[in-house]
Amino acid sequence: MTPSRLARRADGHFDVDLPPEERSLLRSLPASMRLALTEGTPADDPALARLNPKAYTDNDEFESEYRDLVGNDLDAGRLAALDTLEATADAPTLDEAQLQAWMRAINDTRLLLGTRLGVTEDHAGREVPDDQPDAQAIAVYDYLSWLEEQVVEALSGAL
Amino acid sequence: MGCLEPSAGLLPTEVREPVSGQEVVPDRPWVVVVWNDPVNLMSYVTYVFQKLFGYSKEKATRLMLDVHHKGKAVVSSGPREKAELDVFRLHEHGLWATMEHDT
Repeated sequence: MTPSRLARRADGHFDVDLPPEERSLLRSLPASMRLALTEGTPADDPALARLNPKAYTDNDEFESEYRDLVGNDLDAGRLAALDTLEATADAPTLDEAQLQAWMRAINDTRLLLGTRLGVTEDHAGREVPDDQPDAQAIAVYDYLSWLEEQVVEALSGAL
Repeated sequence: MGCLEPSAGLLPTEVREPVSGQEVVPDRPWVVVVWNDPVNLMSYVTYVFQKLFGYSKEKATRLMLDVHHKGKAVVSSGPREKAELDVFRLHEHGLWATMEHDT
């Protein structure tokens, strides 16, 4: 069994024990996510639609009012979380707010990748041949899923 | 919902509380519905329900399993403004949430 990458300390901070190649991957994610978030619109990109779901599915008037109310807040929070991940990818310890930002950035990336890859519920544990065109993206997705489990476990201890 | 280690069978099962007293009000409450999706992890969804709504681990797990097995679950209810806030917070966490009038 692999030892956990994250450990909650008595002072409420979290020790982060990640090898350099994993930190390097995490550091590189925000740039590609920012690009993906600004390249298209939810209307023409199913992955962006998944990141910005409708609140009302059968009431256009209320949905429009809701959109006006929410404005850009969802994207702004998403970008702030990506900024935090980028700035703290090499940090030996994180406070809870920073780890929450990691969780958001990681999950948003999984949502985008997962939608683009068309993952299904039985994806976990599936073997992917190295020569498959999506093999690298799938490997990133699987790694982030694995790391997110540990982030959730560490943060659950702080509830 | 994504799941790295299928462990649902090990979780305790609970009887659902009956829902009552929601028929008469003229201003019907709104309910917030979370829908199943193949990406969000079961552990993550449970954690988000605990974090956002203060639910116990047991209640949050039960709602997560409803989402997973039945395709959706009502996770909160209230006036329109409260439901919209809950939907927004769920969207912030990447969950697929919508709201509708209670029926």
